[in-house]
This record gives sequence, C-alpha cells and structure tokens, in this order.
Amino acid sequence: MKWLSSKWLAVYAVVYMIFLYAPVILLPLFAFNTSTIIAFPLSGFTTEWFVGLWYTDTLHIALGNSMFVGVTTALLSTLLGAFAARASARFAFPGKTGIVGLIMLPLVLPEIIIAVALLVMLNQLGMPLSLWTVVGGHVLICTPFAIAILSSSYRGLDRELEEASFDLGESRWGTFRRVTLPLVLPGVISSLLITFTISLDEFIIAFFLTGTDVTLPVYIWSQLRFPAKLPSVMALGTILLLVSVVLLIIAEALRRRSAARQGVDTTLAGL
Amino acid sequence: MKDTHTKPMIVIDQVVKKFGSFTALHGISAEIREGEFFSLLGPSGCGKTTLLRVIAGFEPPTKGKVAIGGKDMSGIPANSRPTNMVFQSYAIFPHLNVEENVGYGLKTRKMSKADIARDVAEVLKLVDMESYGKRKAHELSGGQRQRVALARALVMRPEVILLDEPLSALDKKLRDQMQVELRSLQRSIGITFILVTHDQEEALIMSDRIAVMFDGRIEQLDTPEGLYRRPVNRRVASFIGVMNFLPAKVLGVTDQHVKLDIAALGQIDVPRHDIDPAFDIEAVDTIGVRPEMFTLLADADDTAQMKVQGEVVDSEYYGDMTYYSVRLAGHDTPVTISMRNTAGRSVVPPGSQVTVGWGADSIVVFKE
Ligand SMILES: Nc1ncnc2c1ncn2[C@@H]1O[C@H](COP(=O)(O)OP(=O)(O)OP(=O)(O)O)[C@@H](O)[C@H]1O
Ligand SMILES: [Mg+2]
Repeated sequence: MKWLSSKWLAVYAVVYMIFLYAPVILLPLFAFNTSTIIAFPLSGFTTEWFVGLWYTDTLHIALGNSMFVGVTTALLSTLLGAFAARASARFAFPGKTGIVGLIMLPLVLPEIIIAVALLVMLNQLGMPLSLWTVVGGHVLICTPFAIAILSSSYRGLDRELEEASFDLGESRWGTFRRVTLPLVLPGVISSLLITFTISLDEFIIAFFLTGTDVTLPVYIWSQLRFPAKLPSVMALGTILLLVSVVLLIIAEALRRRSAARQGVDTTLAGL
Repeated sequence: MKDTHTKPMIVIDQVVKKFGSFTALHGISAEIREGEFFSLLGPSGCGKTTLLRVIAGFEPPTKGKVAIGGKDMSGIPANSRPTNMVFQSYAIFPHLNVEENVGYGLKTRKMSKADIARDVAEVLKLVDMESYGKRKAHELSGGQRQRVALARALVMRPEVILLDEPLSALDKKLRDQMQVELRSLQRSIGITFILVTHDQEEALIMSDRIAVMFDGRIEQLDTPEGLYRRPVNRRVASFIGVMNFLPAKVLGVTDQHVKLDIAALGQIDVPRHDIDPAFDIEAVDTIGVRPEMFTLLADADDTAQMKVQGEVVDSEYYGDMTYYSVRLAGHDTPVTISMRNTAGRSVVPPGSQVTVGWGADSIVVFKE
C-alpha cells in the first residue's frame, strides 16, 4: 500500500512540475529560434535576438529605471523590515498581533487593488507620478517579505547573546559588530535580494504608478504590440528569468545557512 | 578557606527595583563576602534574576545601591564591572567556536593573540573541554555548553561570577555531578560565586551561605545548616526540606526555657538558646520538627527523652531511607518521620502501632 501511494505521489509531483514550468521552458526555446513567428517547428538556432538587445537604447533606459527602483525598494523595505522585525521579536506591546497582521496584509491583497488604491490616493494628493511613486508602491508590497525573512533572523538572536557580549567587556558598537551583525547579516542580504527581485519583476504597480519613465516589465508589455519584437522580448524575458532565479537561490541559501547556524527551523514554514 | 570569607566583596544596600508599577525588589540588603559561594534561593518570580541583573549592571536599581570590592557601582555599566555572568540559556555565540567564545572577552582587552590562546587553553583544560576547542555551540551537549559558558566567565578573572540557574537545563545525574564540580572548582580558584537557584537541595549542597527570597524580599540569610535547623518562619521552613508543623500554646517563659503545650506531644520545656533573642516568644503558636528528629522506637529501646504513641498510616521506601506517615495519638494530621534503613531493621508495615521518640532540642518555634 505504502509504495503504491508514494508512487502516485511521485507521478503527481512530476505532472505538477511540467504544468508549472513547461510554459517557462518555452521562453528560452523561442528566444534562440531564428523565426520571428512564435510557433513550432523551430526553424534554427540564433543569438541575434540577444545581440539586438545590446543595441536597443530604450531598453537600456528601462533597465536603468528598474535598477533604480529595485535597489531603492530593496534598501528601504529591508530597513523598515529590520525595525519591524526587531520590535516584534524583542518587545511586547499592546495590539502587537493586530499591528503585525496589518503590516503583513499586502502579502495577500491583490496587487491590482493596491495599485488602483495608491493611484487614487496620489491623484487626490496631487502628487505627480514618477519612479519614486513606483518605489513607494513596491516598498509597500516588499516590506512584508523583508519582515518575514528578518523575523527569523532576529528570533534566533537571543537578547542574552548581546548581553553576554556586553558583560564580557565589549562596547555597544563592538557588540553590534561582533555579535548582532554577523548573526543577522545573512538574513539582511537575503532580504535585499528577494525584495530587489520582487521589485524587478513587478508589473501592475509599476504600470499604474509610473509616469513617463518605464521599468523593464512595463517596457516588455509595451513591446508586445509589435509582432516583430516578440523574439527579442523572449530573449529579454529569458535573461530576467535567469537573473531572478539566481538571486532567489542565493537568498534562500543564505537564509538557510544563517538559520542553521542559529539552530532554528530551516524550512520556509518556520517563518 | 572559611577564614578568608570575612571581607565584604559585594554590599547590597536597600536595593529597590520597580518595573512600572510592579515592585520586583523591596529594599534588599545583604553583604556577600570575598571568596564565598553565595546562593539566592526562592520560588519562581521572587526576584532572584532581577537581583542578579542589578548586581551585573543590566538593570539600574530604582533605589539603593550596590558596591563591589568597596567601589560604588551606581552608573557603572555591565561592561565595566568586575563581574561576569553565566546565563541561564548559556548564551554561547552561535557563529563562533568554543575557543572564540571563550576568548571573546579577552579580545576586548587588546591582548596579543598568543596570550589569548594561552589563557583560553588553560581555562578549557580547567573545565575539561580542551579537546572541543574547534566545535560550534550546536555541536555541544547541554553539559558542555554549561562548561563553555563558565570558562568564558572564568577566563576574564572577574572578582565575582554570577550564575543564573546554570544547572537547571541539565538532567538529574549530570546536575548532581556538575554541582560537585562547580563547588570544588570555586573552592580551588577562590573567586566569589553568586548562584541563583530555585532548587533548595542544590543550594544546600553548594553554598557557604544562602539568601532565601520570597516576593522580592530576603526572608532569611544564613548558612545551609542555620537555614535547616533554625528557619525563621514557616514559609522558609517548608521551602527548605520537609517540616512537620504542630499547633502549640505558650504556658510560661523562664530565662532558660519556654514551656509549651504542643498538640500530640504534650507539655514540654523548650530550651531558649537556639531562639533569636529578638523573637517575640510569647506569640509562639506553632512548632516544627524535622522528619529525622522523630524516631520509631523498638520495644526495648528506652533511651529517647520523650515518647508518644502512634499508628503508621503509610510508608515510602527510598532504599537508604524510609519515610513514614504516622498519626500520633491525639492529633489527626499525620506527621512525616524518616528512618535510616540500617541492617537488622525492617520496614514497619502500615497499620502497626508504634512508639515515637523525640527530643525537646529538636523543636523549632514559629509565630504566625
Ligand atoms: N523586564 C521586566 N519587566 C517587567 N516585569 C519584570 C521584568 N523582569 C522581571 N519582571 C518581574 O519581576 C518578578 C521577578 O522576576 P525574576 O525574573 O527576577 O524572577 P526569578 O526569581 O528569577 O524567577 P525564576 O525562578 O522564574 O527565574 C517577576 O514577577 C517578573 O514578572
Ligand atoms: Mg530567574
């Protein structure tokens, strides 16, 4: 009985993976295809679409915008996340569960709702749309992730560790440098990478809240109107996918290493 | 060793600690002598940790002050005090190995690498951990972590080491072993130790003197023997060991004795030399007798000062000892009597009629 159920479980897992990732595999497939028409059979191998990206100035501007938004979002949301995680790990205050719940809410709200709500609010306030308004929206959706990642770092950081350092004659700054930082650094880097990746890939908020400056996903969307541009969009998508996956793998590896070092639960469920 | 215990190392003077409206310490005063093994004993929440943290410099007292080695510590932070702490959680730095943990404090003293390595090796040898230098905290057992935490404090050569329930995380057998080790280590290095514990047996075994705390106050500060033989009130008496309480009435007081009428035991003259002169002897309403101060007499045995009849209700056999629950004639609540199981004495079965012997000098008096 047992082997049977485990066999079916394996089949289920494989089918599920195909369903989930097959469309994603198509992306690099057509990115290296010579034809401009996205259809089987494949007509030949080429890297011209990738080379072409190198000479597309509008793309480079979009890339620059995305980098600016991504880096700023990562720094701000990680900073806010660090404060919130430390407060929730160290202090008990009235209404703590409620407050933490509210901060985590954007995790489950549909992005389109957040985007429209922010747009309405910005219009009411008469604020012009720009890359900064995109940063604002991204910080809102990225901070919950930062909190979740950093909370596990801070929870492993027992208050007695910092006290022990202080008790052994170390200064406050020395304690931060020799105990606090090494213990939370992997979490901080992991949070920076993940929030950067989320911001880099995010479309809806960027689409609604940006003015004339477009980010990469918005640029890609604008290119979809021109059938001839489809293969280069595929190429760009392939690169974006690769970068995202690599960043997320590094982030998760770091998070696990720091968690293991502190002897806490290493699965995502431990968040 | 004992005669070096004379100079005060720590003077705690009227220390009050409030957390908001809650008062955790109500004006604690005590003197801890140089080289002494001193314990803070009391039930959970009585303020032991709080007092230790005030001494260490983690909590500023709301009122009063602490002096260490003759120097007032007011305003001096934990990192500049001549004390080191062994935390209840051990607080071993998880990202450093054993050697780096132990050498952590020495590094703040700008010592050379070679000197640090020498001191660390020396102290690791002392706590029997020399072969574990390269291990990380999560690769150590509870007892080993405890040793590392102790080594990390010892290597700083502080004047006082503060230990917050350092053995509570260990299993019974290891705890017994560590109690003996810790005690003999303290004797050999001569550093003042202050130990927090809620385990009365542990405190009795290890300490030179013990402060028994309840609700943020020290109820009694005495040697283990003093606490056991002359507890100042019923709360201390029942916290330390087992104590039988019997209601009593004062019939008269002379210079040498107090004449009491005790339930089940009858009228008796209790000698006054063991009673604190400040104690209001007229107010005595209860007496206490330790289980081993009663004896079950064999028929032929006639040497006991006083005798009373009773019936064995129950018994608990501990191998070396047997604890009997005995209902004395004229008193409903059974008393506990412990007997050593010597050769030739068999356990008395429940239901047996027995003669119980006791002595007037084994009686401790209490008032409400
Ligand atoms: N930072 C704090 N804020 C508020 N109350 C506190 C704080 N620290 C301790 N207390 C309170 O002070 C009292 C004494 O606490 P303390 O930790 O000293 O007890 P303890 O004797 O060490 O107990 P245990 O044996 O359980 O460790 C407790 O009632 C506790 O709730
Ligand atoms: Mg405590």
